[in-house]
Amino acid sequence: MQKTYYDPADLRKFGNITEWDEELGNKFFEYYNKVFEEGALTAREKALIALAVSHTEQCPYCIDAYTKDTLQRGVTKEEMMEAIHVGAAIKSGATLVHGVQMMNKVNKLDM
Amino acid sequence: MANSKRQLEILSNSIFQNGELPTFKSKISETGQFPLKAKKLEILQINVGYMCNQVCEHCHVDAGPDRKEIMTRDTMQQCLEVIKNTGAHTLDLTGGAPEMNPDFRWFVEEAAKAGIKDFIVRSNLTIMLANKKYHDLPEFFKRHNIHVISSMPHWTKGKTDKQRGNGVFDTSIEALKMLNNIGYGKPESILRLDLVYNPSGAFLPADQSAMEKDFKKALLDDFGIHFHNLFAITNLPISRFLDYLIASENYEDYMYQLVDAFNPVAVQNVMCTNTLSVSWDGYLFDCDFNQMLGLPINSKAKHISEYNETLLEGRTIAISQHCYGCTAGAGSSCQGSVA
Repeated sequence: MQKTYYDPADLRKFGNITEWDEELGNKFFEYYNKVFEEGALTAREKALIALAVSHTEQCPYCIDAYTKDTLQRGVTKEEMMEAIHVGAAIKSGATLVHGVQMMNKVNKLDM
Repeated sequence: MANSKRQLEILSNSIFQNGELPTFKSKISETGQFPLKAKKLEILQINVGYMCNQVCEHCHVDAGPDRKEIMTRDTMQQCLEVIKNTGAHTLDLTGGAPEMNPDFRWFVEEAAKAGIKDFIVRSNLTIMLANKKYHDLPEFFKRHNIHVISSMPHWTKGKTDKQRGNGVFDTSIEALKMLNNIGYGKPESILRLDLVYNPSGAFLPADQSAMEKDFKKALLDDFGIHFHNLFAITNLPISRFLDYLIASENYEDYMYQLVDAFNPVAVQNVMCTNTLSVSWDGYLFDCDFNQMLGLPINSKAKHISEYNETLLEGRTIAISQHCYGCTAGAGSSCQGSVA
């Protein structure tokens, strides 16, 4: 049994998930690859969204993959950091907006 | 890493020796593409010397101001004999900074007389402003209808200077404006100006056409600069870039990227099959990278003075693991993507 939960080498084995369920695995990868094709959004814009979401999901594999992917597409460090701040802003905003729920409850319960 | 023997050892050991990754030979054998054979010569690429005014981090030539390897006029004369008689449609002068060879202008003037369809000079741009004696290079290029191809790793100063040295971006922009001002790179102009993008780190280039769009928009919006095409070139794991990969502990991961991105379609059009590379001292190689690795050509004609089309056509191309760099993704060559 490996000593850590995450191993960078496992990222390269992502495709192996099809071995235990070929149909669903293939469907997933077909969908995944289609999503990242050039469309109404450029592949570059999609890569930046993916980078931000990788951070909000705190997925080390995704961060590894999309840091490299955005670099490949000529994205600058400044653009990458701004994208992550967008993710962070939504994360913190999502936490804080629930404060309204807390306030509503307090206002209801408090005399 | 100047020692080519050591580089070839590194490229053949570890992950390729223990079977973790397939060698290039076994990979192209799987698709029935081994041995790789040379086709009819289309591009003659001549390296006129390793001297350069820049010392770029990724340079596979290990070029710089202190390099003394310079092609002599005698060797150039031998090249001219071949240029006049070969059916190659493209002549491609490279270096170092080719313009620093003292016989560069003489060579261009003589070679231009041969009426080659596409006469390329790979200019690093900054040479045009490095010294007063180079300031008229754009006019000189125009006079001989030279196709200028120049490196530009990014449309921002930070990324460009990091790879090519402080101040290179600003000087390159100035040189591009000089070229634009006399007609180079303008949309309808016959004066061809292309840029070469190669990644500034241990990653592969993205899609060439998407990168070209981004480059064109940024250079036009920010500086009013025009150019024709962008060639996205993969950094091959040799020389200074190999040093960097090893020192930054990116070597294995980079080789995995290259092998994972192997594209058999790109193999059909790799540049070594239609190109001949001539070193500063006149020796023949399958490509510029093999030249730097000292991988000898598999032919009895080993020197430009021994050039013989019959002996060279159909030769088996010398390969090693660095060749994965030309077959990754859309493929890579001195003229950009190949697949």
